[in-house]
Amino acid sequence: MKQCIYTIQSNEPLTESVYQMRLLGDTSAFTKPGQFLNIALDGFFLRRPISVCDYDETGLTILYKVVGKGTAQMARMRPGETLDVLTGLGNGYDTAKCGKHALLLGGGVGVPPLYGLCKALVFEGKHVSVVLGFNTKDEVFYEAEFRALGVDVTVTNVDGSYGVKGFVTDALPAQYDYFYTCGPEPMLKAVYNATTTSGQFSFEERMGCGFGACMGCSCKTLTGTKRICKDGPVLEKEEILWES
Amino acid sequence: MGKLSVNLCGIELDNPIIPASGTFGFGYEFAELYDINCLGTFSFKGTTLHPRFGNPTPRIAECSAGMINAVGLQNPGVDDVIGEELPKLKQVFHKPVMANVSGFSIEEYAETCAKLDNQEQVGWLEVNVSCPNVHGGGMSFGVDSHAAASVVRAVKAVTTKPVIVKLSPNVTDIVAIAKACEDAGADGISLINTLLGMRIDLRTRKPVIANKMGGFSGPAIFPVALRMVYQVAHAVNIPVIGMGGVQCAEDVIEMMLAGATAVEVGTANLIDPFACKKIIDDLPRVMEQYKISSLADIIKGVR
Repeated sequence: MKQCIYTIQSNEPLTESVYQMRLLGDTSAFTKPGQFLNIALDGFFLRRPISVCDYDETGLTILYKVVGKGTAQMARMRPGETLDVLTGLGNGYDTAKCGKHALLLGGGVGVPPLYGLCKALVFEGKHVSVVLGFNTKDEVFYEAEFRALGVDVTVTNVDGSYGVKGFVTDALPAQYDYFYTCGPEPMLKAVYNATTTSGQFSFEERMGCGFGACMGCSCKTLTGTKRICKDGPVLEKEEILWES
Repeated sequence: MGKLSVNLCGIELDNPIIPASGTFGFGYEFAELYDINCLGTFSFKGTTLHPRFGNPTPRIAECSAGMINAVGLQNPGVDDVIGEELPKLKQVFHKPVMANVSGFSIEEYAETCAKLDNQEQVGWLEVNVSCPNVHGGGMSFGVDSHAAASVVRAVKAVTTKPVIVKLSPNVTDIVAIAKACEDAGADGISLINTLLGMRIDLRTRKPVIANKMGGFSGPAIFPVALRMVYQVAHAVNIPVIGMGGVQCAEDVIEMMLAGATAVEVGTANLIDPFACKKIIDDLPRVMEQYKISSLADIIKGVR
């Protein structure tokens, strides 16, 4: 973990409520796709944990959905403004566990961390299939960005307005060796039940600190109590214990 | 003695800054960021006789100048704290540490404290009779003078280490409870623990916290904490540790003027992991600004 000051390079809407923000600054604390940062916002007490979509030596990209006053304030921020961020948080996805053919399943604002993961898997020479799930056509984002990586992309819409009608679990390919997923918890449960191989899940929870100090986001797993922020957010399929 | 040093129940602290229990774990997350030996000491994660998972999530709610938590004393239990956490801590922290203890019966408090009494690393026992997030324990001992005094007597009987009692602000007369603890043999008082609070999610119309209510902390509670530290410090003859919403070196000096011998910093660590280090580094500047040559001299210095 590192505390850094990032400068906003761009901050643009991708859909009515999802924004893409490009930040410039020190990314040396990031080691894996699927990690997150925790952003301090003027006038708000707690930081906002947001997953990293992609990062390089000069900065990173986040995609965030405006759901409350904090993210609404972020959406109003302009290029040149700065943010106090804690970087390199969480364990991230482990690409070493994957065989030759990876399946990526993203739902809504669970899609962003899969983009950096997809790039890493492609770089490692893996064959990647991606299924991106959204409620409706107007909410779809990053389809073109994934296609530009040269991977198989399927988009699903719950209302059938675009792509395959249904959920990501309605568009699973016949063959894959391992999967990675991120999305709302009902989707994660459906993925857990519909998949036939091992895989990794990225979870979300209300956090206090985001770096393992407060125990605000603990969950029970088959391998003991874990902090979503520090021991997660990525858990392996074999250790997940659904509470309800 | 350095100009920042204070004496807490017979043990010299290089400075009065103590990260509060529950905001600093067992120190490792912070030791990755800075040398935590710069601290006066720190109070480790509230420990109980048996391991506890704590409450269901969500355990955290944001407020306009603070936060609510309902963690519920998640900890690995005293045996694992002694067997696993303390040896790891020894690698990164070389000062006496403050052991924070909670319990669900007087016997549990005593048994946990007896086990920690054998640990050389432990300098003080901070006995928490004020956790608002567990039922049938914690705060129920801290809202009644007799119950609080009984815990103190039971703990004092099993340890030679200084016993500091951590009090709840959720009471009608905190001075009476502090005096009862002093009469029962407490070596110090720390206050305040969190104020019982609540938030409701407008979309779901449910409490944000799964446990419905939780402990409210952060800068919003500083004036309440300062008032109670002032009241207690002027009523007892044992050292008082002040805490509650402390964010900066100025807050530390204000707490000490009110009567605090040392100052715990809690929620600030969660927002800025460097908060305690920054306060320690900033104290000499603020002392110079207010013409303070020694922090020990200003304790209870309010006019």
